[in-house]
Amino acid sequence: MDKQTLNFTVNGEPVSVEIEPHLTLLQLLRDKLELTGTKEGCGMGECGACTVLLDGKTVNSCIFPAIEVDGKNVITIEGLTDEQGNLHPIQKAFIEYGAVQCGFCTPGMVLSAKALLDENSKPTEEEIRHGIAGNLCRCTGYIQILQAIKAASKQT
Amino acid sequence: MEEFINVGKRIPKMDAEEKVTGKAIYIHDLKIPGMIYGKILYSPHPHAKIVSIDTSRAEKLPGVKAVLTGYNIPPIKFGVYKDNVPLKAKKVCSLRDEIAAVAATDPDIAEEALNLIKVEYEILPAIFDPEEAMKEGALLIHEEHVGGKEKKPTNVLNFPWRLIAGDVEEARKNSAYVAEDRFKVTWVTHCCLGTSGCLALFDHKNNLTMYSITQIPSLAQRDFTEALAAMGLKNKKVRVIKTMIGGGFGSKLDTYAFEYIAILLAYKTKKPVKIIFTREEEFFATSPRQCAIIDIAQGCTKDGTLTFRDIRMILDNGAYTSWGATVPSVMMMPSSSLYKVPNIRFSAKCVYTNNTYSQAMRGYGTPQVTFAIDSQIDALAEKAGIDPLDFRLRNANMPGDVTPQNFKINTCGLRECIDAVAQKLDWRQVRGRKDGRGVGMASLIHVGGGARVYKSDGCGTIIKMDDFGTVNVFTGATDMGQGSETVIAQIVAEELGVRVEDVVVTHTDTDICPWDVGAHASRTTFVAGNSAKGAAKKVKDQLLEVAAKSLGENPENLDIRDRTVFSKKDPEKKSPLGKVLRAAHYAAGGSMVMAEYFYDPPNENLDRELKGNLSVTYTFGTHGVEVEVDKETGQVKILKYIAAHDVGRAINPMLLEGQVYGGATMGIGYALTEKLILKDGKVMNPNFLDYKMLTAKDVPNIETIVIETNDQFGPFGAKGVGEPGLVPTAPAIANAIYDAVGVRIKDLPITPEKVLAALKEKG
Repeated sequence: MDKQTLNFTVNGEPVSVEIEPHLTLLQLLRDKLELTGTKEGCGMGECGACTVLLDGKTVNSCIFPAIEVDGKNVITIEGLTDEQGNLHPIQKAFIEYGAVQCGFCTPGMVLSAKALLDENSKPTEEEIRHGIAGNLCRCTGYIQILQAIKAASKQT
Repeated sequence: MEEFINVGKRIPKMDAEEKVTGKAIYIHDLKIPGMIYGKILYSPHPHAKIVSIDTSRAEKLPGVKAVLTGYNIPPIKFGVYKDNVPLKAKKVCSLRDEIAAVAATDPDIAEEALNLIKVEYEILPAIFDPEEAMKEGALLIHEEHVGGKEKKPTNVLNFPWRLIAGDVEEARKNSAYVAEDRFKVTWVTHCCLGTSGCLALFDHKNNLTMYSITQIPSLAQRDFTEALAAMGLKNKKVRVIKTMIGGGFGSKLDTYAFEYIAILLAYKTKKPVKIIFTREEEFFATSPRQCAIIDIAQGCTKDGTLTFRDIRMILDNGAYTSWGATVPSVMMMPSSSLYKVPNIRFSAKCVYTNNTYSQAMRGYGTPQVTFAIDSQIDALAEKAGIDPLDFRLRNANMPGDVTPQNFKINTCGLRECIDAVAQKLDWRQVRGRKDGRGVGMASLIHVGGGARVYKSDGCGTIIKMDDFGTVNVFTGATDMGQGSETVIAQIVAEELGVRVEDVVVTHTDTDICPWDVGAHASRTTFVAGNSAKGAAKKVKDQLLEVAAKSLGENPENLDIRDRTVFSKKDPEKKSPLGKVLRAAHYAAGGSMVMAEYFYDPPNENLDRELKGNLSVTYTFGTHGVEVEVDKETGQVKILKYIAAHDVGRAINPMLLEGQVYGGATMGIGYALTEKLILKDGKVMNPNFLDYKMLTAKDVPNIETIVIETNDQFGPFGAKGVGEPGLVPTAPAIANAIYDAVGVRIKDLPITPEKVLAALKEKG
């Protein structure tokens, strides 16, 4: 099949790329755009390490066709700091509450948390657990991640 | 109690910002110009002779740079028993055996090339049951392997796993009550979120650089040097550089076939070769926790004093030998020393089968054997008519004890842990109703002051300071997410009188960093911490010598606090650290402020009887659980989870809690949901949908209790805590289920099906 041109924004910046149509969004981000913050944990949409925001909603980029982002707005972990390089309150809270150990699940986890808080700024513990249920973590046991998101919700 | 500035503080992990912004580089993210990709072809049969391998079509595929098989690689033997080779040539013994490897310009081409490799097999019958494989005349996995006194061909490995203390037979006769059971624990796997991988490259002189996520950089360097020698590359250098590591938990305590394959491909193609495992490979081609069949008997007197513990184990060793076969050496620790038991007999047999083979996993055998021991303690207490809480208190280890394995117990907060858990669970009020809700507890003993499993248990540190007060610490330790770099920085800052943010810890490069035996046995805070503290003390002494001259004071009267050297007699006599540092070398006849310290703890190797003070100090803990069991579905819900740990001192309470939460969650999975399902040697659930790890919805609220016993040997009193979090989890849950509904499940995981079946049988 012929290559396709995509025009979309990544972290607020307009991007135009030519891709093979079978590419996943994760491959587009990591290999073509060299945004390696988004991780591949399973390649099957089961672990959430590849979570990015597409028009504000979480998607598992490892199973999401890249061609579907045409005309849309993608946010990756690299896009969370502001123009001055200040950390997002969720990132600050993750650091302060010990929610980061090996860090491999962290980018996906932070973006799922952002999607949750953008939609529901004062979630209950149950809602937070549900909001990150699709993000697996093997190091932290989730407790400090839940604490961090709760703390961040008080600041946004 | 001393007042510390940096120790005991909830300081965020130093690399957290890098990780939370996506800037951290893991092996998956590493790109080197000219890099090509390696992929591995695995055996489709659990047991077969290799008749022929035809790689001609694969070699011709555009983009393929090399194809290797067992026929065209030099003899490299690896593994604990040296019974494994990177690519098999004569036969395959399991479904994860590596047959061939391809290096190509992109991973998809490499994958396609694998499909073009034609292998002819002569299928052999296979054996998957270790009890069958042990029998006389059983099918042999490795025909040349002989064992036993008569040196006959056998599947039973030649490991000396036998520990005897006292007289178990006599003690059994004199016991008022005896409990005897068989417990079974199965394979579970590490599930690191970052899959395995490496990047190998040779320079123009054939020196090797390995970008790696190993937990044993110094030992890996040795293994790879041996491999190079086997490849005809003698006297070549090996440099191991660690990227950020996406999880360890023991999975990276050995060197693996894929690493040797990457090295061989890099040498053949003269290009950097990267191999990254898919998640499926991570499930079926990495080594899980050692499974075991455990026959155990324990006895006590009429008043509940333990009299003996008799354990016989059969370990399915799988097709090749890695650390799984050595877990009995650590299983002996709770066997001989969890609670006071005077008469011990322990034996373990490791048996070759055509299953997967096991490796180290957090706890290293102690979760397995503690499940058996501490589940049965409850059963024994019931026979004796004694509350399991009182039974444990009666038999609890005490400071100063010497156990039957000759472990010298220093600090011991076990009683405090048991009491704390009982209090939080409201034990006396809640227990014994058998109304669907129940409470249970279990304890742990683990090494807390290093562990001399190799000849050395040491770690080196080099510290240098620049002109402005930045402290560069080069440590042999490995940080795989647990936070050792932060803890080391806190210890150095405390010792030196600077702030944590002044300290930069480097641990990533064998060219720069000193030797360390590895991140295992929960030893890093204790050993690397003591090593860093020792080096910091030397640096401090140098600084005080230099400052003494300019301040006109005796060095003994000087101290450093918050980046300032001052006289204890007259605190107004002071000098900022930067000034002292510049005065040191920026003068005629100057000197550098720099020191090194190698700390090898005063512990012992186990002797021929497998006794000896393996660790300088031991750590203890108790977990307590309240569960609710649904009698209709068999579902077990955890209502309360209390984890009490004797940690010596919490250098960083926040990171410590992270280890306990993470460990307990892994332990709950071990107890209730996780199983690597093997059928006829094949992993049936190599994905996250079918392998049930706990998610954020499943984890209960875990409460941690930190007991500080202030150990004299630990850095600022600290003991290790990396593994203890999941050692007593399964028996605590099993005991709670028994209290709730009166059934005892003796094989993990405790699934709803098993609970229902047991309830049905109970009637």
